[in-house]
Amino acid sequence: MQLIVDGKSHEVDVEEDMPLLWVLRDELGVKGVKYGCGVAACGACTVHIDGVAVRSCQTPVADVDGPVTTINGLGSPEAMHAVQEAWVEHQVAQCGYCQSGQIMQAASLLSEIKMPSDAEIDEAMSGNLCRCGTYPRIRAAVKTAAAKMQEA
Amino acid sequence: MGKVGKIARRTFLFGAMAVAGGVAFGVYKVRTPYENPLKDGLADGASTFNPWVVIDGEKITLITPHGDKGQGVAHAQAALIAEELDIEFGQFEIDFGKPDKAYWNRALAGDGAPFMATDESFTAEATRSFMGGMIKLLGMQITGGSTAMPDSYEKLREAGAVARETLKLAASSVSGVPVSQLKTANGAVQLPDGTELAYTALAEEAAKVEPVTEISLRKPSEWRLIGKPMQRLDMVAKSTGTLGYGIDVDIDGMVHAAVMCNPRQGGALNGYDASAAEGMRGVQKVVEVSGGVAVVADNTWRAIQAVQAIDFDWGEAPYPAEQDGHWAAIEASFNDDQLDKEWRNEGDVTEALAGGKAVEAAYRVPYVAHAPLEPLNATVLVEDDKVTVWTGHQIPRMLQDQVAKVTGHKSEQIELVNHFMGGSFGHRLEFKYVELAAEIANQMRGTPVKLTFSREEDFAHDFPRHIGMARGSGAVKDGKVTAMELQVAMPSVVVSQMGRAGLSVPGPDMQIAAGAWNNPYGLENFRMRAYRVPELAPVSSWRSVGASAGGFFFDSLLDELIHEAGADPLQERIRLMQHDVSRTVLEAVGEMSNWGSPLGPNKGRGVAFVESFGVPTAEVIEVTNTEDGITIDKVWVAADVGTVIDPVNFENLVQGGVIFALGHAMNSEITYSDGMAEQANYWDAEGMRMSQCPEIMVRGLENGDKVRGIGEPPVPPAAPALANAIFAATGQRIRELPLYHHIDFA
Repeated sequence: MQLIVDGKSHEVDVEEDMPLLWVLRDELGVKGVKYGCGVAACGACTVHIDGVAVRSCQTPVADVDGPVTTINGLGSPEAMHAVQEAWVEHQVAQCGYCQSGQIMQAASLLSEIKMPSDAEIDEAMSGNLCRCGTYPRIRAAVKTAAAKMQEA
Repeated sequence: MGKVGKIARRTFLFGAMAVAGGVAFGVYKVRTPYENPLKDGLADGASTFNPWVVIDGEKITLITPHGDKGQGVAHAQAALIAEELDIEFGQFEIDFGKPDKAYWNRALAGDGAPFMATDESFTAEATRSFMGGMIKLLGMQITGGSTAMPDSYEKLREAGAVARETLKLAASSVSGVPVSQLKTANGAVQLPDGTELAYTALAEEAAKVEPVTEISLRKPSEWRLIGKPMQRLDMVAKSTGTLGYGIDVDIDGMVHAAVMCNPRQGGALNGYDASAAEGMRGVQKVVEVSGGVAVVADNTWRAIQAVQAIDFDWGEAPYPAEQDGHWAAIEASFNDDQLDKEWRNEGDVTEALAGGKAVEAAYRVPYVAHAPLEPLNATVLVEDDKVTVWTGHQIPRMLQDQVAKVTGHKSEQIELVNHFMGGSFGHRLEFKYVELAAEIANQMRGTPVKLTFSREEDFAHDFPRHIGMARGSGAVKDGKVTAMELQVAMPSVVVSQMGRAGLSVPGPDMQIAAGAWNNPYGLENFRMRAYRVPELAPVSSWRSVGASAGGFFFDSLLDELIHEAGADPLQERIRLMQHDVSRTVLEAVGEMSNWGSPLGPNKGRGVAFVESFGVPTAEVIEVTNTEDGITIDKVWVAADVGTVIDPVNFENLVQGGVIFALGHAMNSEITYSDGMAEQANYWDAEGMRMSQCPEIMVRGLENGDKVRGIGEPPVPPAAPALANAIFAATGQRIRELPLYHHIDFA
């Protein structure tokens, strides 16, 4: 099977039903993508396929029909995506384990709705669990990122 | 000072001693300095000044031995050193260091002496409690009980100052300029002529001079970092997916393991048939471990799939199979034989209640799982003369002991490479997950084995927060609360938790009473008794430990009594409060929330106050009773920690603590059926989602005389404040968590 991940093409030889999450983490070494629940209940594994947020733990690799973007491809410490910059500005993370998924979900939301309302932010983000309780900062960071992306 | 004053002071001392799990130890020999572990294997030309600072020609490294589970303590430790060392962020690296007794937690012991001097009744019992296993814990390196900042606050600033002054001595020796004319800034010593000598350039010379021991710490008015908003060192990595947690460890030649142990925790493995697993793709080995079976495969998913394909025959649970049996054991424990300790008895409660009880009620709190988002995992390589462990853990030296027991090595042969943790809430005070990884790796010596728990295995083998019940009653007169009696019955979390480490802890368990006996109110008549329930399901410290239950019991009962008295919930708490710092906290939250102002229809406001870990914390919650259920609209929190190290991180931790507590209060519990936890994943114990999250306003007060940690204290008042607000909005008094058994949430 061929996969395009963060702009690079990979040939993988795995079971068709292996979740994309584990192909990314254990076969391709993309560790920014996190395993949290395995049942799409927490959102820690969120990546983009064709720019749209999906739960990679519930996506059989054979069903991947477009290029995959992970947190590691969205930006880098040296060149962060606007959403990542907003996350740093608002000092969102505590343990940080859910934040890869939160950021990918937020980036997907902002590519769909440029200036989401509070209700739209809550609706889009409520599938992403944060056990540390950073929701107030996530809300603020999404708004900052939206404003930044409008300027750009 | 009168009785109440003593109680208030005692309360605070207790806070400092209350490590998660209620374990603390005496001050014996604690002033004896330990050898600096960084001297071991120090490179030529490198210099180490104390166990926290090492500088060589290339770089400055700060050791931050307290484990970071999201509370930002790696950053905070570094900031305390940097404050005095005059280095800037970006000029140094941090490292969790190796487990060492030099990193023993002073906050567990430091307050022991004055406490023991002031409370004779406690002294005897405390000594009994702490002797036994606790002697063994001398040199105990632990992150828990909100002690990281109390432990580090002076120690790490001293470490920075010692290094700075020693570097100045080295600079003086190199330049011939007297130390008195030298200054430091930005990672360098400055000579009067403006020349700058970088610390790294002075490292070799500094290694030749004896570290300075006489230093004085800077005044708070001179601080560059402490008390100011900081950018946490881990923030960019955590926002870009580049921070490596234990689960991300990748060692050459590593194999992946998954495990299933008897979901009836502690029950036997009677037998199993692994034939289906053995033929599955990628499976390399099936090995028995204590109470279960592990599969080793070439990736995590294949290992999990294979272990789930095994057919098991599990033994019975060593505790009641059904939840009702757990509650029955608790109900049956309110008797004289099981009295663990009478913690308070002031006035004459019996007499005061003889005239009639204004309230008589029972309260319950459930088992709850820790369920941090990073599933339990550990990577272990066993070699004949050495064991290497890669994981995140809160008690590094005990971890060495536990792994050594598994592999037969000596403790000092166990090397721990500690990692940032994807949450803990007490989960990573436990050892089982590392022991299991060591058991597997010991059967495959020479091969690094990463064990990853599936989420389901993590839930099944979470040692949850203990369940408990309380019986409360009280009296009111002339618009005031005059008497309160509270009886709490719980199993001992300390006995359960320490028992798994092979330690026995005799004496009363303070965590049965925490949050229920120690709030510094001056009720005329107050009796608080703790009853010990025999061990049920294995339990463990959960963020704020006993206070998470005791605070709900105490404050819910007080709120009911205040209502019966016809008094204002906030004003009556303020009237009863006998501790100035705590009273200010209550007044602050009243002012912040505009307490007493009119609310719209279907709205209600509740207040709660609980002191835990030395931090008086008050919370006001506003809710609306909507057609879809209760919405939590706003929360105000005031807490006094003596000194706020970083106001941004402080706010984040308080907000997070409130959200953590409210989520569990709303909808989370662990219940047992057929001896197994009925909740298997986040669908079953969800916590709070963003759409339910209120606005949370935070104020950190600094009137207390000691610096305190803020990881746990925001948790205990949240559940009672929510229940009190729901009562105010609906007239429905809910005395049991989680609340959703009784009311819907939108």
